[in-house]
Amino acid sequence: MKLRGKDMVGLRHITAQEIELILNTAEAMKGIINRQIKKVPTLRGRTVITVFYEASTRTRTSFELAAKYLSADTVGIAAATSSVSKGESLKDTARNIAAMGADVVVLRHPMAGAAELLASTLQASVINAGDGAHEHPSQGLLDLFTAREKKGRLEGLKVAIIGDIMHSRVARSDIWGYTRMGAEVRLAGPSTLIPRDIEKMGAIVCENIEDALAGADVVNVLRIQTERQQQGLFPSLREYSRMFCINRERLGLAAPDALLMHPGPMNRGIEISPDVADGLQSVITEQVTNGVAVRMALLYLLIGGGAR
Amino acid sequence: MIKEKAQILDQEGIRRSLTRIAHEIIERNKGTDGLALVGIRRRGVPLAGRLAERIMDIEGHRVPVGILDITLYRDDLTTLAHQPLVRSTEISFQVEGKIVVLVDDVIYTGRTIRAALGALIDLGRPKAIQLAVLIDRGHRELPIRADYIGKNVPTAKKEEISVRLQEIDGEERVVILETPD
Repeated sequence: MKLRGKDMVGLRHITAQEIELILNTAEAMKGIINRQIKKVPTLRGRTVITVFYEASTRTRTSFELAAKYLSADTVGIAAATSSVSKGESLKDTARNIAAMGADVVVLRHPMAGAAELLASTLQASVINAGDGAHEHPSQGLLDLFTAREKKGRLEGLKVAIIGDIMHSRVARSDIWGYTRMGAEVRLAGPSTLIPRDIEKMGAIVCENIEDALAGADVVNVLRIQTERQQQGLFPSLREYSRMFCINRERLGLAAPDALLMHPGPMNRGIEISPDVADGLQSVITEQVTNGVAVRMALLYLLIGGGAR
Repeated sequence: MIKEKAQILDQEGIRRSLTRIAHEIIERNKGTDGLALVGIRRRGVPLAGRLAERIMDIEGHRVPVGILDITLYRDDLTTLAHQPLVRSTEISFQVEGKIVVLVDDVIYTGRTIRAALGALIDLGRPKAIQLAVLIDRGHRELPIRADYIGKNVPTAKKEEISVRLQEIDGEERVVILETPD
């Protein structure tokens, strides 16, 4: 079995069988990360180029390590400070990448649809590492992986996603992924930060945070993206924290063995309180490890052989 | 159409071969000290388990058994028509300093074993690696040989050896298959 497309731009059009294949492959990959010699020769001679138009430490490092553990060569293109008109600079970048002979391009870009645009112009595989508020499929997949690993299943899980849904590509990839696998997704946050038609994606919008948390098996706390806030969507960070910060008391509304997740980087004391972030239910550090495993799986499945 | 040409081993034949190999492993290594068995997915896995049971019956000592998946070490990944599934390697003991007996159903070109040697050595530095196979069908493409062999079967390249085991195939026999030209 193999993924149907040459790219991974989002979870919206990925089948349950494909998700299953990715998660199963990631399980084997995780075994490699835990070894003393963290390297297998699978992608020897292949090249992975990361192109990041937005700042990132975790995701970029995670993709680069994933590629290196599989013996691929990696190059990073720092485009963060580019001020060229976006459509044009992206096409130029694409041409350069094609000329350099990359097998995979990992792209992060502030514009929704950037990865898809690149995918349609390149022969190489494109992995979307975040495009605007659209999708961040590898983060969605690592969330699914972590939930499945801890809970043994995805079907029937109740997943609460709390915070700034509007600006969150993680939330969107999570919603597509979890609902495709038969989990229930509930959303809660300031009403100004919940897009009107998000329920069309299959998630349930809760009036208040208590309803979203009640009996949840997974609580995913989103980062308040201070860099993306237009003025006036909520009164102040202090006010946000008072209403929506996941603290011990609020986490207590979820199932007793609920998992606490956060895509990072955390604003401690704003969307999540330090005691639960470092508490027994937190799987936030494991999410980071699992992220490498999931990205290894994606790289293998996209370019690891089998005539296309 | 692939047709069955001949049966090489039946249930009893497989059982006797494994019993003899278990004795040979113990004899050659003078007991079970520092010994471990590692089955190569898929059919090496039940065979390694059975050899460990035989060794237990003979010596009264349980040797550790592991599972090796060699997919990520294959040298033919780019040429295969279908992408093989990657599965977990499950070796819960330290291979460092052990005498590891790799177990597989058939040795043919030797490429699977080459990949297995790479995969195993990446887990640590065994004192020695030996190889046990149920069938050696010849046609080696690499300088690799088995230490313990259930049965040597001369074959033509267009033939195929099919080892069918209870745990995986629901029957217990080894046959030669032939693809007509």
